[in-house]
Amino acid sequence: MTAEVLLEHGLVVASALFAIGLIGVLVRRNLLFQLLAIEIMLNAAGMAFVIAGARWGEADGQVLFIFILVMAAAEVAVGLALLLRLSHRFRDLDGDAVSTMRG
Amino acid sequence: MIDLCRSLPIWLIPALPAAGFVVLAVIGAQLPRRWVAVIGAGSVGGAAAATLCTAFGFLHRTPEMGVIEERLWTWIDVGTLEVGFSLSLDGLSLVMIFVVTFVGFLIHLYSTEYMADDPGYSRFFAYMNLFVAFMLILVLADNLFLLYLGWEGVGLCSYLLIGFWYSDPENGAAARKAFIVTRVGDTAMAVALLLLFKHAGTLDIQDVMAWVSDNWPVGSGMAVAVALLLLGGAVGKSAQLPLQTWLPDAMAGPTPVSALIHAATMVTAGVYLIARTHAIFVLAPVAMTAVAIIGAATLLLAGCSALVQTDIKRVLAYSTISQIGYMFLGLGVGAWSASIFHLMTHAFFKALLFLGAGAVIICLHHEQDIFKMGGLRRRLPAVFWTFLMGSASLAALPLVTAGFFSKDLILWAAWASASTSPWLWAAGAFGAFLTAVYSFRLVFIVFFGDENGHVEHQPGIRIMIPLAVLAVLSIVGGFVETPSYLGDVSFFSDLLAPVFPEVDYAVTSHETEHLLQAVISAITLVGVFLAFLFYVKRPAIPAAIKASPMGAWLYRFWLSGWGFDALYDRLFVRPFVGLTRLLRGDPFDEISSTVGRVTEAGYSVLSETQNGRIRTYAFGIGLGAVIAVAVVVFT
Repeated sequence: MTAEVLLEHGLVVASALFAIGLIGVLVRRNLLFQLLAIEIMLNAAGMAFVIAGARWGEADGQVLFIFILVMAAAEVAVGLALLLRLSHRFRDLDGDAVSTMRG
Repeated sequence: MIDLCRSLPIWLIPALPAAGFVVLAVIGAQLPRRWVAVIGAGSVGGAAAATLCTAFGFLHRTPEMGVIEERLWTWIDVGTLEVGFSLSLDGLSLVMIFVVTFVGFLIHLYSTEYMADDPGYSRFFAYMNLFVAFMLILVLADNLFLLYLGWEGVGLCSYLLIGFWYSDPENGAAARKAFIVTRVGDTAMAVALLLLFKHAGTLDIQDVMAWVSDNWPVGSGMAVAVALLLLGGAVGKSAQLPLQTWLPDAMAGPTPVSALIHAATMVTAGVYLIARTHAIFVLAPVAMTAVAIIGAATLLLAGCSALVQTDIKRVLAYSTISQIGYMFLGLGVGAWSASIFHLMTHAFFKALLFLGAGAVIICLHHEQDIFKMGGLRRRLPAVFWTFLMGSASLAALPLVTAGFFSKDLILWAAWASASTSPWLWAAGAFGAFLTAVYSFRLVFIVFFGDENGHVEHQPGIRIMIPLAVLAVLSIVGGFVETPSYLGDVSFFSDLLAPVFPEVDYAVTSHETEHLLQAVISAITLVGVFLAFLFYVKRPAIPAAIKASPMGAWLYRFWLSGWGFDALYDRLFVRPFVGLTRLLRGDPFDEISSTVGRVTEAGYSVLSETQNGRIRTYAFGIGLGAVIAVAVVVFT
């Protein structure tokens, strides 16, 4: 298996994961699942970095993946805190139910 | 005494009525009526006393040029424009302040009784005092700017007093009409003042007149233009052709207002203006001719209209227009002092006639239709005799009335002056005939014939005193200037001699003068006789004339004042109203409101995107990212 084939397959998987995540964000109304879908998208991006790093034999891809992991952890911390507040206030996790904050 | 009078400041004369206005305007409503009457009439009476004293001092001191000047303070000082609040007194101003304060005081005295039952008692006297103050500023002003202040001030008071009984919308309409029509003339006058300032660089009357005489040749374009513009202002204020339509409607105001403002003083302001700026008119023979022709045309037109009116005040209104026409005729042929003389005698007898008419109206409980009066000679004898004297003076009955002497001087100048034509004299002579007919028509219909109407009460003392004084003045007021066969008194023309140039007589023969006087006298007497025949002896004759088709048409035509109202309605009012209807949506506003509408549409589109749904925002971000990637990939 050549490096190009590995890259190609890897990117296809990453794109597929990203698309699944995006679709999840767009179609789910439950904020918890939307958060999960965002995690999938982040991991798809991280996977693309790792695959690209492997293709060129560089460690940069893995460094960036660690960055993304850290950012995802921070995002989940903030996101879950917001979710807790929302579920307290609205007794619901439906994202459309909190549309009162529109401009 | 003389020393006191010499040192009396002139500013006291306008200041007294102005103070009266301030007091009445501020606390008048709280004061008892007696106090209002004392302040209202007393302030003008004080001004009259001050005028008498000033006149005494003026006649005993002959300063150089015959002018006393008094600079009070600087009003406006901008760049080269320096306008002082300064007064000057010369012979012309003296005559004017005499007329304004004396006739004004008598009318105020009369009003204290005439208006006694009116709820707006203090408001009435406040306006009247303000009017007198502005009129005095107008005639005492040392510069044209201050004169214009007084000019507009009296216009304002005229508006306020015509619409005094404001609860009737018709009175408000008459007031607006007077204000707007005179505004046409005032605009012309303002342009004239600006032109004078632009060229002469000052608005001081003496300086402007001197500058104009030195710098503009006779008949120069600028002189003619300025003179015609000033004439426009005078025509508007004095209700001459073609701006005469407001005066008959101005009779909507209380009768003392008609007497003071729309007969005796304010409407003669146009005559005063032309007399005051005569130096410009002398340089513009075309404008002089225009003045004379306007005067002649107006006196005939208004005289005819006065013949057929049925409202006692409208008869007098048209006769006022007609008499001011005589003054314009006199000005136009260069008989300056004769015109001012007629202005003075006219103020006496026309104020008298209006006050007499007011007495009749109030005694008949606000009846103004002369055909509902009649036979009042026996029931209101005092009013009858004074009214008769006023009418005699208006008709210029020879030798015994003031109106005769003044009108005769004008007509003599219209015949003999170097710048006249026989036609002007003929118009004046025919006007004298008309005047005799309509003034005695009024007397015969109202005071003779069958008793008609119900006299409710007799006029009181405060109405009778002004009538009596004015009646005496209407008779003897003319003896300050008499023809050669009656003592040749020239007190009046001597007083005005320093102000005006001499009349340029082409004919100087006394025989001709006396012959013409005889002719005019005969015409007048024929007119009186005709009125007697028509309205006492044979009332069938005027009725028959009125019944004939031609007569009926003329009657309607003259009753409507030669159809000027209808003409102006067609010519100006309706197109204007049509235009406003067309522009009701304001087309220029469309431009700016289009900007607003586009913004609003954009807002409503974009505000849809801000629906608060997190998935929509995420979709937007995703779509944007796809487009951005697509752009990068495919280009």
